[in-house]
Amino acid sequence: MRRTGRIDAIKVTRSNRDPVTNSRTILICSGKGGVGKTTLTANLGIALAGQGARTVVLDADFGLRNLDLLLGLENRIVYTAQEVLAETCRLDQALVKHKQEPNLALLPAGNPRMLEWLKPEDMQTIAGMLSERFDYVLIDCPAGIEDGFKNAVAAAKEAIVITTPEVSAVRDADRVIGLLNTHGVSPVQLVLNRVRPKMMANQDMLAVDDVTDILALPLLGLVLEDEQVIVSTNRGEPLTLNGSASPAAKAYGNIASRLQGEDIPLMDPAKERRGIRARVRRLMQTKIF
Amino acid sequence: MTLRDLLDKILRRQPASATTARERLQLVLAHDRSDLSPETLDQMRREIFEVVAKYVDIDLEEGDVSLETEDRVTALVANLPIRRSMAASSNE
Repeated sequence: MRRTGRIDAIKVTRSNRDPVTNSRTILICSGKGGVGKTTLTANLGIALAGQGARTVVLDADFGLRNLDLLLGLENRIVYTAQEVLAETCRLDQALVKHKQEPNLALLPAGNPRMLEWLKPEDMQTIAGMLSERFDYVLIDCPAGIEDGFKNAVAAAKEAIVITTPEVSAVRDADRVIGLLNTHGVSPVQLVLNRVRPKMMANQDMLAVDDVTDILALPLLGLVLEDEQVIVSTNRGEPLTLNGSASPAAKAYGNIASRLQGEDIPLMDPAKERRGIRARVRRLMQTKIF
Repeated sequence: MTLRDLLDKILRRQPASATTARERLQLVLAHDRSDLSPETLDQMRREIFEVVAKYVDIDLEEGDVSLETEDRVTALVANLPIRRSMAASSNE
């Protein structure tokens, strides 16, 4: 039943890119809500932009938009995808450029009422316009597998599925992977979020290999549970923006580099349990057998 | 019972839950991926038994029809131990 070894992260090939514009359109999705889609989109966007790639993040969650908030751009929105589609404004009027990271732009989600008329073709139109100007188009997908997901998936060429090592998140990720396969989205890569090394060592959390075996996807990155994520969300400054040394910031940076084709080894959760305080705490809680 | 299970019991610790999680997931995903409800699967299992029982004498107690998944491919696996063939029994 268990397959040995992990599938290595997929190397960038020409076929991932749009043949005309040489741009990559990547859907970031999870099925379940609250597993870290928007946080990944924001941090990956900043990291890619910081590596010199012209990057745009598109908030496809029209019902419950939050990408603007995580990027600290909520007060700078004038127009949205809605006005662009209605042709009442130009694309560059709606794009919100990030102040500290000028290589990154946000195309904000429109009014939730857009959901009543928005069609998959509309998302394709928007993604097409964006891919003419940017190297990376990251689409922040809404939770669920209903219309919002179907609209977003229509615009995607490749996808990153993010999940946590919990049964409900993995189950929902599996449903989404099935749908991505049906829609011909490829490659699909996995990010495992909120990894707790101590719980994994105590076998009280699904192991990394358990999740990759069950979902049968190549692993693009592992992100440790990190309180700094909440702090950065409070401030509206993604961790990758200020060169933070926190474990999650490092992980997001590595994901961006791997996406760009760099060969960076995956973090080993078992080796992330250093430090005297962690050791003492661990000693108190260790189950020796 | 492994040593750890035994210690868990003595020390009244909760047993490690990752294995339980993996097993429950594999089962629920096999059903999700095949889109079969437990009731449908149960009915199919009964019907398969009926058909096979027409030709061979099978051990219904030991028999099992279940879904198994590997690498995102789900298979219907039937394990039906045969007591003896009907032809042999009618010749007696």
